[in-house]
Amino acid sequence: MNMTSIENRAEKIRNAHKLLKRFEYKPQEVQRGYANKTLYINISDNTIEAKEVAEEIKEKFVGGKGFGLWYLWNAVKSTTKWDDPENEIVISPGPIGGITQYPGAGKSLVVSLSPITGSVMDSNVGGHFGPLMKFSGWDALEIQGKAQRDIIIFIDGNEGIVEIYEAPLESVNSHILAEELTEIFAKSEEDKRNVSIVSAGEAAEHTLFGVLSFSFYDKRKKVQRLKQAGRGGIGTVFRNKKIKAIVVRYKGVTGNSNNAADVNKIKELGLKLHKEIRNFDKEQCRMREIGTAHLVEIMNDYDLLPVNNFKFGSHKDAHKIDSKVLVKKVVQGSPDGCWHGCSMSCAKAAKDYELKSGPYKGHKVVVDGPEYETVAGVGSNCGIFDPDYIMECNFYCDTYGIDTISFGTTMAFLMECYEKNIINKDITGGIELNFGNADAAMEVLHQMAKGEGFGKIAGMGVRRLKKLFIEEYGADPKFVNDIGMEVKGLEYSQYVSKESLAQQGGYALANKGPQHDEAWLIFMDMVNNQIPTFEDKAEALHYFPVFRTWFGLNGLCKLPWNDIEPEDNHTTDEPAKVPEHVDNYVQLFNSVTGKSIDKEAMFLQSERVYNFQRVFNLKMGYGTRKDDIPPYRSMGPVTEEEYLSREDRYDKQLKNLLGLEPEGMSTEEKIEALREYKYTQYEKLVDAVYKRRGWTEDGVPSVELMKKLGMDFPEVIKVIEEHQKGGFR
Amino acid sequence: MKFLQKDETLCIQCHACEDICAQTYFKSSDREKASIKIYDYTERGELINVCSQCGECIDICPELAIYRAKNGVVMIDKRKCVGCLMCAGFCPTFSMRIHSEFLEPFKCIACGLCSKQCPTKAIEVKSIG
Repeated sequence: MNMTSIENRAEKIRNAHKLLKRFEYKPQEVQRGYANKTLYINISDNTIEAKEVAEEIKEKFVGGKGFGLWYLWNAVKSTTKWDDPENEIVISPGPIGGITQYPGAGKSLVVSLSPITGSVMDSNVGGHFGPLMKFSGWDALEIQGKAQRDIIIFIDGNEGIVEIYEAPLESVNSHILAEELTEIFAKSEEDKRNVSIVSAGEAAEHTLFGVLSFSFYDKRKKVQRLKQAGRGGIGTVFRNKKIKAIVVRYKGVTGNSNNAADVNKIKELGLKLHKEIRNFDKEQCRMREIGTAHLVEIMNDYDLLPVNNFKFGSHKDAHKIDSKVLVKKVVQGSPDGCWHGCSMSCAKAAKDYELKSGPYKGHKVVVDGPEYETVAGVGSNCGIFDPDYIMECNFYCDTYGIDTISFGTTMAFLMECYEKNIINKDITGGIELNFGNADAAMEVLHQMAKGEGFGKIAGMGVRRLKKLFIEEYGADPKFVNDIGMEVKGLEYSQYVSKESLAQQGGYALANKGPQHDEAWLIFMDMVNNQIPTFEDKAEALHYFPVFRTWFGLNGLCKLPWNDIEPEDNHTTDEPAKVPEHVDNYVQLFNSVTGKSIDKEAMFLQSERVYNFQRVFNLKMGYGTRKDDIPPYRSMGPVTEEEYLSREDRYDKQLKNLLGLEPEGMSTEEKIEALREYKYTQYEKLVDAVYKRRGWTEDGVPSVELMKKLGMDFPEVIKVIEEHQKGGFR
Repeated sequence: MKFLQKDETLCIQCHACEDICAQTYFKSSDREKASIKIYDYTERGELINVCSQCGECIDICPELAIYRAKNGVVMIDKRKCVGCLMCAGFCPTFSMRIHSEFLEPFKCIACGLCSKQCPTKAIEVKSIG
């Protein structure tokens, strides 16, 4: 796209803007990590208000995801649906968010009721929006209501202006929209770095797993790069509200825009971690070189890389999409951080990538990624080992606003259903959805953007597809429920958990659904055998999900916690916890806020919000034991093909764990025996975890626990007590 | 390319270089504000630490705030710098300087004032290329 055409287009777009509301405020400096105000916008009637942040809310919810959950809790009733006007999208960065010295400090947390789960969803995302919004004067942005026609919201943090515009001419797809809006709202070429944009895409309108893209301006490539709040369909809520974009402009980020209590301590901690990354990343995770995609070959080697809808954990062609291949396609010599000062720099991009399909065929574009989850999700899990397809699919998912994880897991499920004749060409509209058919998968993706054909059906996600296939196409419910990789309605992220009971729990017990950001215990459990007993596993499933919640309260990325380790980490008592880095975080929090927490108080902050989220699930009609049950595909072999592919392993398990003699058994009998054993083990695990967490046998945080945590808000206790009166649902 | 060449065998640790540097650029007698640093040899196995103008920090800086000036010296544009300190953490000789009173790092620009003060010629401005 040449400059003249973008400038002309921008002018036309700007001329078509119709100002619906203008709100002026006096921008205040952030103090010790908090702006102490939140911005509430109702786009049904164009109300814009500033709200004070009460000290108690800071104390109990900290910020980020905590603020999002609290504001959403107050906005919705138990009967509210995702597409009701009262559902909100809340964006908040948290108090540490926006510091520039410590890697991974630019995350925004997004919370909303999810179209795909029906319950509360949180998703974290990089890009510059959250910190720039905070420095503009807002700890959180709450958007409620529904616009009548497409709108954009603009926040100018220097001028103190919030505006809502009717916006008819902008593209909906993110890579073009971000370029257009940057051209419109940046005051000069140099000012482009001060603009960040939240957007979705055309497919977010027609599917239930739409993402939100948060941009950051890449000064070297001179383009807005897109990072995704991927999980749970918040992009779908965004487009349902008829929001095209939210734009923030803030000029003036410094090394102390948070007015931290002790900026020199932050400088010291940041410098220490920069040096660790410089010295050890090359031999540890190679984040600067290739990012999370370094995991492809590791997962394949350990039989954990999902292949053909999680049937298998490795494939002979995995080397075609591993990091050695991808590094040549994407990196082009520049590791990128998605916020200032992130020397871990896991973000990668390919420039001038020529598209081969779809509406932008022949265009040369910047492709952000691919990350491990995308490579495994749209690639190996669909039996596709073509790096060019992965790049193209990654690009279109991003610009159309589709979650690559849900897309991958859904396509993999559909491919297996197609190969099992549950669906056929009559149903897919002629698309041959065999494993490995990249063109077919791409066609479905383009249909999702257009909202037509089989793409529209596929975009409902695995849970609704299972129901459809059972009710309309006579599918065997047991089989479809076994192979449909979702819990709570959310599609699995991309790790094979069959041989790790702890990870089966890590996935199925996760508050929002099976996403690995709560717990990734496979190596501790399966490879290193560090948590052999139910109690050990329960302890890990108590500690890690709660601990990891803390990153989302503070606007932090998890990667610099344990994807880089101090040189002597292995000599510590609990290397899996990376104690030195935990200590860094305690000091960072205190240095920003001026408070004085220790490790225990840090854990309490997380435990409060973690349990509050569980009760929020309960409020919305979920959040009990019945919602924590994994599909059997995540636990063991569903089919004979799967059993036979790892026959020695499973036969040994029958012999050693169950005391059976596999020689005399049919494969079907062996599968059933193993299945019964695995589900029994899982139930024992759940009992142990609930007990450790202080939850009832039905998985509900007890009133006593909520009192102990200081989270006994009357409305919270009421939800728990009402559940207890009703007994097991 | 201009840079400050050092000969540690000649250094007598008089700190005159630090004094003139801090005084010139920050009007301060605080030697921690100097862009050249004289260490006790036992502290880190070197006496004189100063930027070699190698320019690795130019590629590290995500803000494009570090650049090579026409005279070959590596400079920091304070207006663009956000104080992330990645340049300091990734500097091969740890010669990017940090001070508690400043958010942004600072560095030697091979002006040569220190070499004029040096009584033993342990530091001298050189040009190559």
